[in-house]
Amino acid sequence: MLMAVIVLARTRNLFAVIVLSGIYSFLMATLLVALDAVDVAMTEAAVGAGVSTVLLLGALRLCRSEEAKPAHRPWLPLALSLATAALLIYGALGLPDFADPEAPIHRHVAPRYLENEIDVPNVVTAVLASFRGYDTLGETTVVFTAGAGIIALLRRRKSKRGGDEK
Amino acid sequence: MKNDLVLRVVGKLLIPFILLFAVYVQFHGDFGPGGGFQAGTIFAAGIVFHALIFGLERARKVVPDALVEAMLAAGVLLYAGVGVAGLLLGGNFLDYFVLDADPIHGQHRGIFWVEAGVAVTVCGVMLKIFYMFASRGDGSGGGA
Repeated sequence: MLMAVIVLARTRNLFAVIVLSGIYSFLMATLLVALDAVDVAMTEAAVGAGVSTVLLLGALRLCRSEEAKPAHRPWLPLALSLATAALLIYGALGLPDFADPEAPIHRHVAPRYLENEIDVPNVVTAVLASFRGYDTLGETTVVFTAGAGIIALLRRRKSKRGGDEK
Repeated sequence: MKNDLVLRVVGKLLIPFILLFAVYVQFHGDFGPGGGFQAGTIFAAGIVFHALIFGLERARKVVPDALVEAMLAAGVLLYAGVGVAGLLLGGNFLDYFVLDADPIHGQHRGIFWVEAGVAVTVCGVMLKIFYMFASRGDGSGGGA
């Protein structure tokens, strides 16, 4: 994965970048399977490696396939991202150990979710659709808004060029 | 890619199973990994695969634009409709316990419809974005 990221950052050919980010997504999906988060892994494989690769390839057809040379040296962004990474790692040191049953997150509402009075064996689905139903309604609305925004943006451009779309 | 025999044959073989797997992920979401988001994206990925191999126009014939746009809104409405149904049956918004005489069954019914709504919207949005991007390129040459 680290290799994929380093090569990703160094290549100038956008086609290679897209294929590499697809590979990165697949590696991420396997990592998520190893962490027992199969639901997320499925989404990552389908969206990250599948659909978004296709979308990026579609976008690539509309522009040049070589990345332009950056206007100035990337030292400031590099320093900024390294500082953020250091901060995050420092924060992660304060987290409870991995899979520690005594961690606060496992002692708060998780036991009730796992006991599961609604009799749905997959806890992820139970939490997503039932316990956190409002959140999921919001998420679905966000997805809908994204789709509506895409329609609004791309349609208008088409009719400006004199297309015959509605 | 339209004339590649290997791709066409493999695609024809695989696409029904991809779509079937999406439906399985949708309806088995209560018991195994999966649910609306995953099912929607897998279904959309199957259609996108079809469009890549057989051309955008044929995919548009299978899943027309009007249907995709209707799916976009129908999913959210279905989700919110489940909430309103709970209200009408005397519970709170998105309260599934009142959807059936047996509260556990009510929960299952609520989750089922909610997941269906999520899947429909997610699938619609994925397909719509793909159609939009793919058809933009067509004007300036180069088929999908």
